[in-house]
This record gives sequence, C-alpha cells and structure tokens, in this order.
Amino acid sequence: MSAKHDPSRQPGDPETTGHEWDGIREFNNPLPAWWLWIFYATIVWALIYTILYPAWPMLTRATPGVLGYSTRAAVAAEIERFERTNEPWFQRLVDTELAEIEADPDLNRFARSAGAAVFRAHCSQCHGAGAAGVQASGFPNLRDDDWLWGGTIEEIHLTITHGIRNETDPDARWSQMPAFGELLEREEIESLVQYVRRISAQPHDAALAEAGAELFLENCASCHGEDGEGNQALGAPTLNDAIWLYGGSEEAIRHTITYSRWGVMPAFAARLREAEIRAVAAYVHQLGGGQ
Amino acid sequence: MWDTVKLVALGLVALLAAIAANYARDVAYQLHMIMFMVVAAGLFLWTLRRVGEPRAATNEGEYLDGVVRAGVIATAFWGVVGFLAGTWIAFQLAFPQLNFAWAEGYLNFGRLRPLHTSAVIFAFGGNALIATSFYVVQRTSAARLWGGNAAWFVFWGYNFFIVLAATGYLLGVTQSKEYAEPEWYIDLWLTIVWVVYLAVFLGTIIKRKEPHIYVANWFFLAFIVTIAMLHVVNNLAVPVSVFGSKSVQLFAGVQDAMTQWWYGHNAVGFFLTAGFLGMMYYFIPKQAERPVYSYKLSIIHFWALIFLYIWAGPHHLHYTALPDWASTLGMVFSIMLWMPSWGGMINGLMTLSGAWDKLRTDPIIRMMVVSVGFYGMATFEGPMMSIKAVNSLSHYTDWTIGHVHSGALGWNGMITFGALYFLVPRLWNRERLYSLALVSWHFWLATIGIVLYASSMWVTGIMEGLMWREVDAQGYLVNSFADTVAAKFPMYVVRGLGGVLYLSGAIIMCYNLWKTVTSVGARKPVAAAVPAE
Repeated sequence: MSAKHDPSRQPGDPETTGHEWDGIREFNNPLPAWWLWIFYATIVWALIYTILYPAWPMLTRATPGVLGYSTRAAVAAEIERFERTNEPWFQRLVDTELAEIEADPDLNRFARSAGAAVFRAHCSQCHGAGAAGVQASGFPNLRDDDWLWGGTIEEIHLTITHGIRNETDPDARWSQMPAFGELLEREEIESLVQYVRRISAQPHDAALAEAGAELFLENCASCHGEDGEGNQALGAPTLNDAIWLYGGSEEAIRHTITYSRWGVMPAFAARLREAEIRAVAAYVHQLGGGQ
Repeated sequence: MWDTVKLVALGLVALLAAIAANYARDVAYQLHMIMFMVVAAGLFLWTLRRVGEPRAATNEGEYLDGVVRAGVIATAFWGVVGFLAGTWIAFQLAFPQLNFAWAEGYLNFGRLRPLHTSAVIFAFGGNALIATSFYVVQRTSAARLWGGNAAWFVFWGYNFFIVLAATGYLLGVTQSKEYAEPEWYIDLWLTIVWVVYLAVFLGTIIKRKEPHIYVANWFFLAFIVTIAMLHVVNNLAVPVSVFGSKSVQLFAGVQDAMTQWWYGHNAVGFFLTAGFLGMMYYFIPKQAERPVYSYKLSIIHFWALIFLYIWAGPHHLHYTALPDWASTLGMVFSIMLWMPSWGGMINGLMTLSGAWDKLRTDPIIRMMVVSVGFYGMATFEGPMMSIKAVNSLSHYTDWTIGHVHSGALGWNGMITFGALYFLVPRLWNRERLYSLALVSWHFWLATIGIVLYASSMWVTGIMEGLMWREVDAQGYLVNSFADTVAAKFPMYVVRGLGGVLYLSGAIIMCYNLWKTVTSVGARKPVAAAVPAE
C-alpha cells in the first residue's frame, strides 16, 4: 500500500507504516528520545521514592520505607512542638485571676493573639470576623458596650464557658420571654409596639403609645425595667436606646412581642481548654466595649 | 416475532413502572417511574401501529449516520445547557443573593453544582464521545455500525439517563459521590445502555474490513470498557426500598472514599482523557490532512497510559484517613503518568508539522492545537498537584477547580468544538461551513474565557491555600475562613466573566452550525459511501 501515491505526503517525509484508515496514515517515526528518557527517569524516581517512604502493601502491613516517615507522626510532632512552646503560657493564663490578665503585658499579648485565633475559628461564624455581629439578625455586636449578660471579663468568661439557652450545659445562661401573641390582644400588642418606639425615641403614634405605658408596666417591666433600661442579670435587653438585636422597626418589634425570640449560643467548656476560653474572653473584653 | 418480543418487553416495563410509581416513597422516584412508564407506553403504541408494515431494508453498504447527526445536535444542546449552568453557579458563588429564597431546595448552588458537572461531563462530553466514536469506528473500520437500531437505543437511552439524573439532582436525589451522584435505579439503567454501547462498538470492530484496528478505536474501546467497570464497582449499593430512591453504599469509610476516587480519577482518565484522545487521533490527522506523527509512540503511550492511570486515584485523598502507603502509590503513579499523557500531545502536535501554515487560515485547526496545548498543560499540572507537598497547599482550594477547567474547557471543549465543525458539513452533506469568521470569533471568545478562568483560579487557589495555612508564632491560625472567602470575591467575578465568554462562543457555534445546515448549498455527490479497503 505504501507504494500507492499518497497526497498527504510531502518531500522529505519519513516512511509510513503502510496502514491506512479512511485516508489516515501513520509515520514510522521513532519515540522522541527526550520523551523516553524523562519517562524512564520518572519510573526510577518512583522506585526510589517507594523505597524511602511507606509504599508496597504486604501480607499484614505495608513496607514502612527506610526513612520511617509517617504523616500522622509528622502532624503529631508539629502539634507537640506548639504545645510545648505554649504550655507555660497556658499555665499562667489559668493561674492568673481573670481581671489581672490585662495588667500583665506579656501574658496579655499572648492572650489576645491566642484569643483572636480562637475567635476566628469558633466565634466568627455568628459574630462576624470583625466581631460586629449581624445587625437585626440576633447575632450581638461584641465591639460596643451594650451587653445582654454583662460586659466584665468574668461575665464574658461565664457566657463563653456555658453558652446561652442550650440544652447541653445545665449552667447555660437561660431566660425566656413569653410569646405575647398568646397572652395579649392584637390591639394591646400594637400599643406596646408604639410605647417601645416612644421610649427608644423613634417616631410613634402618641395615643397608642400612651395606652401601651400601662401594659408595659404590667407585662414587660419585671424584666426590662420600668423605663426599659434592661437587666443584665436576666439577659433582658435595654429597650430605651438605639441598639437593637433583632431590629427596632415597628414590624420587627411586633414580631418580637408576638412570637418572642430564641437566640442560642453553644457552651464551649467541652470544646476549648480553660486557657483558650480565658484567652478569647480577654480578647472580646478588649475589643472596645469591655466593662 | 421480534415485534412481539419488543411489545412484551415494553408492556412489562410500562406496567412495572406504573406499579412502582403507585407505591413510590418519594416524589423524585415517582416522577422518574412515571417518565419510564410514559416512554415505554409510548414506544409500545408506536411499535404496535407499525406491526406488519414493510420496513425499508438497511443498506449494509451505507454508514449509519442518523444517530451521529442526533448525537451532534445533543452535544451542542447539552454543551450550552452545561455552560449556562456553570456560568450561573459561578455568579452564585460571587453573589450569594443569586441563591433566591423562592428557589431554595431546587435552584440553590448545592443542587445546581452536580447539574453543571454532569451536564458538561456526561451530557456534553458523553454525547460527543458516543457520536464521534460511532462516526470514527464506521469510517476507520469501513463497516456500518453493528446491531441495527441498537445504536439508536444507546443514543436515546443515554440521553434519557441524563434527563433522569438532572431532574433527580434538582429534587435532591443523590448518593453524594462526586460525578457518580445518580441513585441506584438510574445507575442500573445506565449499565444497560452502556453494555449495549460496548456491544455496538465491539461488534463494528469485529466486522471491520480493514486489516488493523486504528489507534482512535483502541482509545474509544479502553474508555468504554473501563467506564463500565468503574461505574459498576463504584455504584454498588443496597436500595432502602425498591420503591424509593435512597440507597446505602456497600463500602464504608475510607474504603468507600478510595473506591469513589478510584472511580472519580479514572472518570477523568478514561472518559475525559482516553475517550477524547480517540477523538483527537481521528479529527486532527483528517483536518490537517497529514499522517499521524508516530505509530510507535501511539502504541507505547496508549498502553502506558491505560496501565498507569488506573492506580493514580489515591492522590485525591492525600492527608486524610487514607494510609500513607496508598497515598505514596497514588502519587508516584501520577508522576509516572506524565510522559504517557504527553505522548498524546506530541502525536497531536507533531502531526501538524508540515501543515503549520494552516494555523493562519483554518480556525478549526487552531482550535485543535489549543485543545492539545491545554491537554499538555493540564497533564503536567495534574502530576505536579499530586505531589504531596504541592497537594498540601492546593487541596480543597480553587486551584483544583482551575485545573479541572483548563482540562475540561481547554482540552475537552475545544477538541469537541473542532470535531463538531468538522462533522456538520459532512453529516448534512454541505459543501462548507456557513462562516469561518464566526469560527474565529468562537475560537477567541473561548480561548480568552479559558485564560480568565484558569488564571483567576490559580491566583485565588494559591492565595486561599496560603491564607488557610498561615499561623502565628504561637501556632494559631491567622485568618478565619470568612476572611478567605471575602478575599476571593474579585477572582470569582473574573471567573464568572470567563464563563460568559466561553458560553457566548458556544452559542455562536450553535448559530453557525444551524446556518450551515439550513443555508449552505449541498455538496456535490460523491461516488461511494464506503471507501474501498
């Protein structure tokens, strides 16, 4: 067949194999030398690598490799190295009174650095990478001085350790606002909405708000205070300021009164070691709003 | 007699599907059984009405090209669908607001992502492979497809599988295995279709009139056989109920992960590499009108590729529960795979030596060259990323996504576009393409789109890997996960724009192919359809 005239051939072309399929022929070129030698080199490298590292499965276990390398051992060694470096600092954190951490500049520097890392890994999902919370969505801003359960470092430490309204920790912070949709009439809730708008210095319906004053004293003041100043012992938010956890619009307040809210936070006692909880408490306390 | 068998089979399928739909435990399963029922009942009626009608005798001297034409249309259609889904979810990642609340549970990123991957790999790529393999095996064997209308069953059966899979994803039917998401009954259906595909392909090779089997057919055959094996083993599962979509995997834990990535990696190796090399080995020499560069190279790199690829899967599971020894083997086999992969690139590019001038005048050749170029780049990048030290940086980052897309958009997409431009004038008997200028537009839009995609994913992938591993002096992480997500935003927008360009190119191609069929004059009649041996 190779003798047949082939229009695809050009002067200087090498021999073809003589096969032809639908007009396609094949040159009889040798393997490119560089290709072949790199292929051999990768095979040699692969063999050497499998001698050095764990590789070939045998009857009961694989060959361990002459270097004795193991991924798990390498990770364990790295963790161990950081643990050894940090152990004295952890010990100092646990031994120092919470309120005195900030007075010790070296310890405080470590606490803020470790606390920031713990915050990014465990807290930022809800409170935001910058700790500003998510406005009007129930994730509190930690940078201001408006605290639900108290802003001293001890209170912050307690909140992180046990969490809020979770079922897993018997010491979790717990308070519950009733869903007033089942207790009050629609008009009464509307009056309360206007009253809350009034004490938070927002535009409101004066007549309805006046009617709401009495209802507020009867139903809300026991937790939120007579003037709506809030109560940190009960986790009751301040209502007479411009800071809102779930929003201060008429619609948001109406929803809160009718259905109540149910913000939860996990307890970190079982997830973090005491030194880390202390570090993150110190970090949050120093974000700007600590008391 | 044959009609009776067909009627009984179709009637049984319709009846069983009706029963299954009646007892269905979930909506998706019910919908799928109704689809099975409607299709089977429709075919039953159609067959019944044609009983006893005289059939036109098939001319064994003619190629069966109708099924290839259908495959070309399906390829172009699914390509646009898949690219559109991909572009859309790229923007969903950049702008999460596009996960509309009203479409939650149907059109959010999690549901659309498998729809996109399956649409491009299995619908676009699969239809391209079936169509071109049917075209190539007939020409290079000088024989009509074996099995009569079995080839049509493969085409419709495969596309029915795609519709089942896609509707299932939107309704939440998934076994959560990447690229193997469809549930047990859809897997069984694909198995039937695939075995028939193998029979048709092998049957055609067996009755070939050429003395030797052309290299493209080795690759197609390796692709069909290996995919059958991978598909069956990775989808071994026990259904919770025969009337429900959920199933439980046979393997558990790290064995399941290893089986999945043995499958996943070789879906890339045999579906997207071996199968498309089959395409390359036919369409490049045909379009360049030059002989294949080296027969020896094609033999050596074929067997080396087939042997080495199947062991490389563990590199997807570096630094996991996978034992170190398996990780090592996955890595060294990936490194050894580098040259066998490049053998295909060398044979593709060197075939063009002596025809380089065509690069200036023929945009289709240009597409094929860029395709082979991206193939070479991706098959160098892959072994490099399988090295454990590199992988510790690249794994789980967007670098992986960029790597996959330089292969999929560059290699698989471009060689398929080239093949479609080659096939349409021949299959519809037109004397030329409608517009070479539009092919040029398609070429540049697609190429710039790929470059935007790949480079933005390199940047964001490496950045993200570096941010994840950054620790301070005490060993604490410096960045939160949200910080890395925020940092990626500009790159996500660039990636989305790359997708828009690539999609626009494909739409231009569809218009061009449509006009070729409808507005270009017929080719002057050629004497014999089957070339002399």
